[in-house]
Amino acid sequence: MPAPEPAPNRPGRLVGADSEQATSSATSAAELQAGQFGNAAATTEPSPEPAQRRRRRKAGVLFYSCLAWLVLVVVVAITAPWLPIPGPDAIDIPNRQAPPFTAGHLLGTDGLGRDIASRLAYGARVSLIISIAAVVTGIVVGGTLGMVVGYFRGRIETVVMAAVDVILAFPALVLLLALVAFVGQSLTAITAVIAFVSIPFYARVARATTLAVSQREYVLAAGLLGARTRRILFREIMPNVILPVAAFGLIALGVVIVLEGSLAFLGLSVQAPAATWGSMIAEGRRYLDSDAHIALIPSVVMFLTVLSLNFVGDVLRSRFDVREANL
Amino acid sequence: MGGLIAKKLLTLIPVLLAVSLLTYLLLSLLPGDPALLVLGGGAASAEAIAAVRADLGLDQPLPVRYLAWLGDAVQGDLGMSYITRQEVTGAILERLPVTLELMGVSLVLALVVAVPLGVFSAYRSGGRFDRTVTGATFGLLALPNFIFALILIAAFSVGLGLFPATGWSRLSDGLGDNLRAVFLPALALSVSNIAVFTRLLRTDMIATLQEDHVLLARAKGLPTSRILFRHALRPSSFSLLTVAGLQVGTLLSGTVIIETIFALPGVGRLLFDAINSRDLLMVQGVVLLLAVTFVVVNFVVDVLYTFLDPRIRSGAARARA
Repeated sequence: MPAPEPAPNRPGRLVGADSEQATSSATSAAELQAGQFGNAAATTEPSPEPAQRRRRRKAGVLFYSCLAWLVLVVVVAITAPWLPIPGPDAIDIPNRQAPPFTAGHLLGTDGLGRDIASRLAYGARVSLIISIAAVVTGIVVGGTLGMVVGYFRGRIETVVMAAVDVILAFPALVLLLALVAFVGQSLTAITAVIAFVSIPFYARVARATTLAVSQREYVLAAGLLGARTRRILFREIMPNVILPVAAFGLIALGVVIVLEGSLAFLGLSVQAPAATWGSMIAEGRRYLDSDAHIALIPSVVMFLTVLSLNFVGDVLRSRFDVREANL
Repeated sequence: MGGLIAKKLLTLIPVLLAVSLLTYLLLSLLPGDPALLVLGGGAASAEAIAAVRADLGLDQPLPVRYLAWLGDAVQGDLGMSYITRQEVTGAILERLPVTLELMGVSLVLALVVAVPLGVFSAYRSGGRFDRTVTGATFGLLALPNFIFALILIAAFSVGLGLFPATGWSRLSDGLGDNLRAVFLPALALSVSNIAVFTRLLRTDMIATLQEDHVLLARAKGLPTSRILFRHALRPSSFSLLTVAGLQVGTLLSGTVIIETIFALPGVGRLLFDAINSRDLLMVQGVVLLLAVTFVVVNFVVDVLYTFLDPRIRSGAARARA
């Protein structure tokens, strides 16, 4: 197992979690970490040793700057039409490939003379809509599936988890590309396809957590008190499953932004001329030798966004003590 | 031992069948007339459509069609592309060596970078080196491979002129040129692996270094490098091995992007081109190949793991498997 447990003194550690860990073999946890979505998941830091307070305070500053960046991105995306910037498709021929801080173009213009700041703002809309919608769909569908299956076990679990494994047998981006090519490149189609591809990951996290939770005393007690199955599932189990799944979703958000960016970079996301970060980077490629800023600025924005999502997700996970070891 | 492998092999078959079924279904149940899709979705004459229908057996029910397709696929016949007029299997085989080399070199590069980084940052965990490495790998995780590829091109091709920005030269054209062509793409492809491997190995190494056999080795006065690489690395590398195998999926996905950026004639590029020309049969063939490769690699890793870790070979673990 990857997680370095200074084994004994972890309060609140479940007996159920331990026994599940023993049966679900090292591979499944590692597998979870290894897939597209798991890259970031594989990296939870062991929470900082209590002695090193200075480091923790520094992490606090980082945490809030990441949060601030994310808030900035969201606000800019929402307010894009009202910001004092040219339209994303407005072409300013005389000012083509203008460097940043040119009058009227804060971040310069691209090869066609379109304002980079404006395209970034509108691109953020695409990235955010797709990633949030895909993650929420994935959490709702995959999370419910995993939870139900993990609670009832039996044949339905075997069938669903087998289906999940089969989808996981496809390299994520390959499956995504094949589907997008033939399903279409509308915002809804891309969101749906990304959600579909990511459902297995949420289903696994939800199932593993449910397996541990459903053996706890209060769940048994609820059953003995004669609570209905639906009540046990949604009132007793779900509150415990939702946190790990949501924390996982936060990191998945970053992964989805990269996935969408990859699609856009290949020209397979939302159709041009709609601005997306990935397509801006792809278009900027041509000017790498003369005007690197055209590709560089959207790259930095995407990098910072994904980095912030990973960091915030990581911090929240360690706060809720959601670790792979518990899955 | 042999029995264990045989048992695992038996579980491999249903997975492969399911994968092939899903591949076939995904692209068969798409909206629209499959005959038109196969022809590329453009305008096609009535005769051409009728010919495709007969050829693909579209008048037969889906299960029959699937079985016929599977039968052909098992014999290595994935049909012929109606767009490029090329045998799908032939086109894939022609391009496979490029992709395999790219992935192999990338994996080796990632391990060559990650193993020393992981080992030394675990050795002095909490120190300056460790904090730098941990921070840097955290950053690398947020760096999409296509951005990293552009940075590499800007720095090494445009800036320093050390490596070609695009293009490929075969091994038969000389090892030097071949390695120069593969280096940048492989490095770009390995970005996330370097981060994942380093962090994983560091975590496992920290755990191993607290064990008694390391203490014993230290008490015997063995040199540090020997302790790190001979006594601690092997027991720490099991999950690294598993994850390295599983990362093949990420690598396969990455090749599509990297081969497109660097204009390498590999399978990923083939998939990209096929998708762009809506070449259904080619897409189906490549997706099937990539998925089957992924499944088989995972299987091999699973078996290798058994060989490497003596604990799994023991009876108790066998009952579990």
